Amino acid sequence: MSIEWLPELGFFALLLALAASVLQAVVPLLGAWRRNPLWMSFAQPMAAAQFCFVGLAYLALTLSFYNDLFSVAYVAQNSNSLLPWYYKLSAVWGGHEGSVLLWSLLLSAWGLAVAVFSGRLPRDLLARVLAVMGMIAVGFLAFVIKTSNPFARLLPLPPGDGADLNPLLQDPGLIVHPPMLYMGYVGFSVAFSFAIAALLGGRLDAAWTRWVRPWSNIAWAFLSVGIALGSWWAYYELGWGGWWFWDPVENASLMPWLAGTALIHSLAVTEKRGTFKSWTVLLAILTFSLSLLGTFLVRSGVLTSVHAFANDPSRGTFILVLLGITVGASLLLFALRAPRVTTRGAFSWISRDAMLLANNLLLLVMMLTVLLGTLYPLVLDALGLGQISVGPPYFNLVFVPLSAVLSVFMGLGPISQWKSMKGAELRRRARLGALAALVIGIAAPLLYRGEWSLGVSLGLAMALWIALPLGRDLLIQLRRDGPRGLKRLSRSHYGMVLGHLGLAVSITGVTLVSHYGVELNARMAPGTSVEVSGYRFTMVSLDERRGSNFIADRATIRVERDGRLVRLMHPEKRVFLASRQAMTETALAAGPLRDLYVALGEPLDGGAWAVRIQVKPFVRWLWAGALSMAIGGLLAASDKRYRLRRRNRIDVVGTAPLEEVGR
Amino acid sequence: MRSRLLLFIPLILFVALAVFLWHGIGRDPAARTSALLSTPFPSFTLEDLDDPAVLHDQSLLDGQVSLVNVWGEWCPTCKQEMPQLLDLAERGVRIIGVDYKDTRDNAHAFLEQFGDPFTFNVFDPDGSLGFDLGVYGAPESFIVDANGVIRYHHTGYITPADVDRVIMPTIESLGP
Amino acid sequence: MSSFSFARSLRRALLIACALGALVFFSLALAAGEPHRFDDPSLAGRYQALTEELRCPKCENQNLASSNAPIAADMRDRISEWLNQGRSDEQIRQALVDRFGEYVLYKPRIESRTWLLWGLPGLAVLLGLVILGLLIIRARRERVSELDERERARLAELLEKHAPEALDEDDRQEPRS
Repeated sequence: MSIEWLPELGFFALLLALAASVLQAVVPLLGAWRRNPLWMSFAQPMAAAQFCFVGLAYLALTLSFYNDLFSVAYVAQNSNSLLPWYYKLSAVWGGHEGSVLLWSLLLSAWGLAVAVFSGRLPRDLLARVLAVMGMIAVGFLAFVIKTSNPFARLLPLPPGDGADLNPLLQDPGLIVHPPMLYMGYVGFSVAFSFAIAALLGGRLDAAWTRWVRPWSNIAWAFLSVGIALGSWWAYYELGWGGWWFWDPVENASLMPWLAGTALIHSLAVTEKRGTFKSWTVLLAILTFSLSLLGTFLVRSGVLTSVHAFANDPSRGTFILVLLGITVGASLLLFALRAPRVTTRGAFSWISRDAMLLANNLLLLVMMLTVLLGTLYPLVLDALGLGQISVGPPYFNLVFVPLSAVLSVFMGLGPISQWKSMKGAELRRRARLGALAALVIGIAAPLLYRGEWSLGVSLGLAMALWIALPLGRDLLIQLRRDGPRGLKRLSRSHYGMVLGHLGLAVSITGVTLVSHYGVELNARMAPGTSVEVSGYRFTMVSLDERRGSNFIADRATIRVERDGRLVRLMHPEKRVFLASRQAMTETALAAGPLRDLYVALGEPLDGGAWAVRIQVKPFVRWLWAGALSMAIGGLLAASDKRYRLRRRNRIDVVGTAPLEEVGR
Repeated sequence: MRSRLLLFIPLILFVALAVFLWHGIGRDPAARTSALLSTPFPSFTLEDLDDPAVLHDQSLLDGQVSLVNVWGEWCPTCKQEMPQLLDLAERGVRIIGVDYKDTRDNAHAFLEQFGDPFTFNVFDPDGSLGFDLGVYGAPESFIVDANGVIRYHHTGYITPADVDRVIMPTIESLGP
Repeated sequence: MSSFSFARSLRRALLIACALGALVFFSLALAAGEPHRFDDPSLAGRYQALTEELRCPKCENQNLASSNAPIAADMRDRISEWLNQGRSDEQIRQALVDRFGEYVLYKPRIESRTWLLWGLPGLAVLLGLVILGLLIIRARRERVSELDERERARLAELLEKHAPEALDEDDRQEPRS
């Protein structure tokens, strides 16, 4: 078969996928309603069919990129014959159309995963869950087909070559960042679908929570990795050395993360104690709604951002309608069907229940703050009250106190007991950690820089206060049974430890790099040398280098410390041949305690360059912490009890009607 | 029953949010209203483009409605704007040019090629007047009334449609 | 990373810290390309802070310090000029707002139209705490069903026997449904 057919084949596969998802959305739902097992069992094969067809479409687009089919408009806009093959493959999601297709592909993959791994779910619950996922797929596939067809042709006069992938995206970090991020966004559709299915079926029991928990943990882990990768990419690729800009697009990913964090904690309470079910359901709806909102913000053109896609109002309208239907309908359903707010379980002021609720409250306020700051300019403008900006100073100002309070509860949560405990007992358990956190927190800046700093002390004390109590359970087990005792703690316990430890590590990184990072903009020519933070940077030479699709000015900079060579660094300024766009390629010498960061700015007269040199202490800790959080999430999801319970197929699951929940 | 009503709160908040998002669609987030509207034209003292010996200041704008156009030879859209400016000049509009971040030679070459609709041209090589006008690109235009107060601001180039739709009506509404 | 190298780095950092103080200030005085020198080191710090909290009007979403747009360079020049003339931070902000609008302030001023923006997070925390408090007060009343110490011990024993899989510390303190 000639490859010239591929795009049409891909489009046809999309249409088939849409048809499959319509069937997946309608038939099982009717089946669950009419109690028809045959109709209900339609869900799994349709989920598989949907995945196959979207996969086929995706493959067709990928091959179109690989084979330089520039008669396809999307390929012509985002690729070039000189592009290295691996970027041709990642260019598939380099623009709007392909990235929505990736979104749809991952959505169908999650659907397939649910179909495969949840075979032991009560049949009607599974039917409803997959039907809801089918509805979401219908929306997104219709969106692709109607407004964002990646297979549209440029005929009869196809261009000879493509306009090239945006140089900012020609980077290994960007090969993995969007898929991870979308895995997270889309992954929360599972928790969402479970929530809707529970509302539809009128059942919200303990088993439901156990099924939702691992899915939510996995989605949350992906989202954490996705956000961290985005931050890491911005750090080395944008050339400013910043790692978080409170840009609307970053905020769009932070909001579902914060809500998702609240969700996985709320799920813990609901599973363990059977309380706050409606709250958990609301969080599941909210988290996925925020993922959709993020999609809208990034693709509708309502906000300015460095990262937003080229926009088109018709797409914005479509997504908003989609958002309105999905979120509006699910919140309406929630209002009508949610179990009353009841607190069946008794607990007191000093209890893990209360700590987790406080944590939920703070996470939600943080989420609300991000939402408020991101949309406030839009709202003011809509009301004719003028144009303002809400940026990093606002967010930092609000977030620092909120995270300080959050970390207080994070330190107490793991050492407190469910239901209730004596205040004196909690004080006893917290005392040592508190003391150590205070002493080290206050002393560290004095030892490190010889100068006290409130911000550093606060940040380090917070991190230690979170991290130290985590050792308590491990110590107890060790003391009781030796190393064997450690096995008594469950994987979900270790997951929690890694997650919290990760946040402590990230807080440490954020604190130290923001207070002790040093930046120097110097005019440098071969022979010039400057000193930053004890490192001597000498420009050795300047030359030109030719890449497959760019030409670069390349500097060689020797870095010495105490007269010893640390590293030869090669920052570049690349000019891409197809787009004539210039790009800064930073040179990094990474290390666990500091990064050296060199970027070429603009050429100055006399053969010199403006060079931006930065020394960033502990910046790696930021992303290491995020990675630890993600591993924690995955570890918790793999806990034995989710697998065990699933094996002993629970038939009681279907028997707790809604009314009984609020008993 | 009351607690059931409380459950509608998330839905209500979402609907409110959606209304604002709806409003945001199709609007250009890069469009900005000038901070100088309804304020007096900033004071300046700059040389004339043609004759360095002639100095202009803000009194240039007193007594008559004027269109102040910020342009430069380096700016491609300024070239597309020239026919509209010539049209406006023909209709009797007084156009004051601010030659922004340019050289005299380039500016003269530009005017020779594309025509000269300007009553006067103020030469602003380091962009100081442009800065005081809050200009961050060219072309931008301001309509200043007879008292020297800025009444209208236009970012980007004036299209042929803009001439009849906004520019002329605004100038006419401010009187002769 | 070994704790040894960490300690060594700390010591080294300590030694160099004092010597570097001046350099740090010097470095703060510079931004994106063109050097700005200040005789007074405190001006350098203020310059850095101002260029980071002001938004480039031309760019998508960048502060003045990191933007390469010509207008951002002009604004940086003007800021350093005004700083050297002895203007206050607030005067400088106002001067830029007069020209480019409130849009350039990344940290919006507190005024009637931004009350909600500044007030809502705090308000939400307070409201949330009140709701939380009410919930807990109600939950505390429902103590009836709780087990006493003896029952608890018995239950833990039963659970030990019948649920040999890994348990959290807390799992042993409460009944499973």
